[in-house]
Amino acid sequence: MSAHPAATLSRAAEPFAAAPLDDATVNLIRQDFPALGEIVNGEPLSYLDSGATTQRPRQVLDAERDFLEHRNAAVHRGAHTLAALATEAYEDARATVAAFVGASADEIVWTSNATDALNLVAYGIGNASRGRGGAAARRFALVPGDEIVVTEAEHHANLIPWQELAATTGAVLRFIPVDDDGMYDAAAAAAVITDKTRIVAFAHVSNVTGFIAPVADIVALAHARGALVVLDACQSAPHRSLDLTALGVDFAAFSGHKMLGPTGIGVLYGRAELLNALPPFRTGGSMIATVTMTEAEFMPAPQRFEAGTQPVSQAVALAEAVRYLQNVGMDRIDAREAYLAERMVRGLVEIPGIRIVGPPPGAPRAGLVSFDAAGVHAHDVGQFLDARGIAVRVGHHCAQPLHRRLGLTATTRASAYLYTTVEDVDRFIAAVGDVRHYFGEL
Amino acid sequence: MVDSLEGLYQQHILDHSKLRKGYGVVEHPAAERFERNPSCGDELTMQLVLEPHSDRIAALAWHGSGCSISQASASVLSELAVGLTTAELQEKIHAFRAMMRSRGEGEADEDILGDAIVFHGVSRYVMRVKCAMLAWVGAEGCIADLA
Repeated sequence: MSAHPAATLSRAAEPFAAAPLDDATVNLIRQDFPALGEIVNGEPLSYLDSGATTQRPRQVLDAERDFLEHRNAAVHRGAHTLAALATEAYEDARATVAAFVGASADEIVWTSNATDALNLVAYGIGNASRGRGGAAARRFALVPGDEIVVTEAEHHANLIPWQELAATTGAVLRFIPVDDDGMYDAAAAAAVITDKTRIVAFAHVSNVTGFIAPVADIVALAHARGALVVLDACQSAPHRSLDLTALGVDFAAFSGHKMLGPTGIGVLYGRAELLNALPPFRTGGSMIATVTMTEAEFMPAPQRFEAGTQPVSQAVALAEAVRYLQNVGMDRIDAREAYLAERMVRGLVEIPGIRIVGPPPGAPRAGLVSFDAAGVHAHDVGQFLDARGIAVRVGHHCAQPLHRRLGLTATTRASAYLYTTVEDVDRFIAAVGDVRHYFGEL
Repeated sequence: MVDSLEGLYQQHILDHSKLRKGYGVVEHPAAERFERNPSCGDELTMQLVLEPHSDRIAALAWHGSGCSISQASASVLSELAVGLTTAELQEKIHAFRAMMRSRGEGEADEDILGDAIVFHGVSRYVMRVKCAMLAWVGAEGCIADLA
């Protein structure tokens, strides 16, 4: 077996200078992303929908193809050479992703996406509440009257699994309320987190407002009451340096396809001690130590949560995506997106009839902005922008309760990433400036 | 550029999205249906009013919120339905659905659909077909409830 060329795949491995990401550097980065060169409706594509899914660089596409062409095999079984290489690549990928978020490899569970990861935790706790998992799992068991706390701003993926868990255990779901901009502070959280609280689940960064949660405060409040903290890191892990151990959260979830990686792979982080005590959500092959006709003993984490054939090439490609991000530098990506978000916000608030949701100009915000155009439905806004080659997300962004709270049924969201140009933002602002006129509102 | 929008947003559609013919709530309709489009959160309630002792439609009243396509479609439908029998309206609903599934192919039948042929261009935008269908599905449900 010849040596595989994985180590030479990363063209982005030439580290960019530590300087801020400027337009020239972003233009170099963009050359790695074939999809960004598309022409849409006769216009160059301005892709401002990375909050939904990101485009993938050639390095990631090549890594997946390289794996499939040279090392493809089922992992953690088989004695042949490809099986060994595939297992090695799969576990190396786990170590890469673990280091990326300040965790150790046995604290990283592969899932199919973040939704799956959050369900794994919720249903694992549900199983513990039904007596599964033995004495070790008793710490998770919920009884009627226990409380699960989420915020009013959650994505449905971090709401509905908890609704289901509450419904099946008799626990009560409570909400940290948000203000008219969709934000909340530690005091609002402190009023809801009590001695009855067993779980606090919230988004690090809101996918609708770009609001950045006071994670340290909430972790302190929750842990003071003995509650577990579950962090939805879908909109933070791809965009900023993240040290989950330092943050002190108990579980965290994020998705591969929102961070330059493939669809079909997500990540659950859990503190090792907790993962090894949590009963599995899915059972079957590859997650057991011994099996008789009547019962089974489960493997330690993470394998106990990885039943069935795994998304191996996706894991390998996600690790390449992580290396790509690390080579660019998460702090530089974060700073660039903050600049782009501020440019979007300042541009939008100047336009008559445009209401942005989330932090006001000048306040910290992640690289996304959602807004309402008075008298024009978000679908019409999105269609109008699409005709100019500008791709945005429209609708409730899987956050109906938040939209209801904000008094809106739908908004339009523009979200940036490391490949977003100032020109993308300026084209977007100019198009939004014309949209109400087109629909007869000005 | 924005010219490519004109097949979708014909002036007649933009006008009806503001006119909203039939918008409102009536007391004691013969039938009522609530429809929603879960992908965008749009909601529409359709109420069917019959002439006394008749299967002839006196009014299609509707209310709710949605995009310009859904609002214009409800408005055009409401205008077109008055005076028809429920069987005649059902025939038009079938024709409208066929047109919306055409992906812009063929000719729309103006004899049957009247003004509603302006939505033919919408059928090329797969993600907007549901918007245009919302009110018509509501009306069809009302007719089914009468039977």
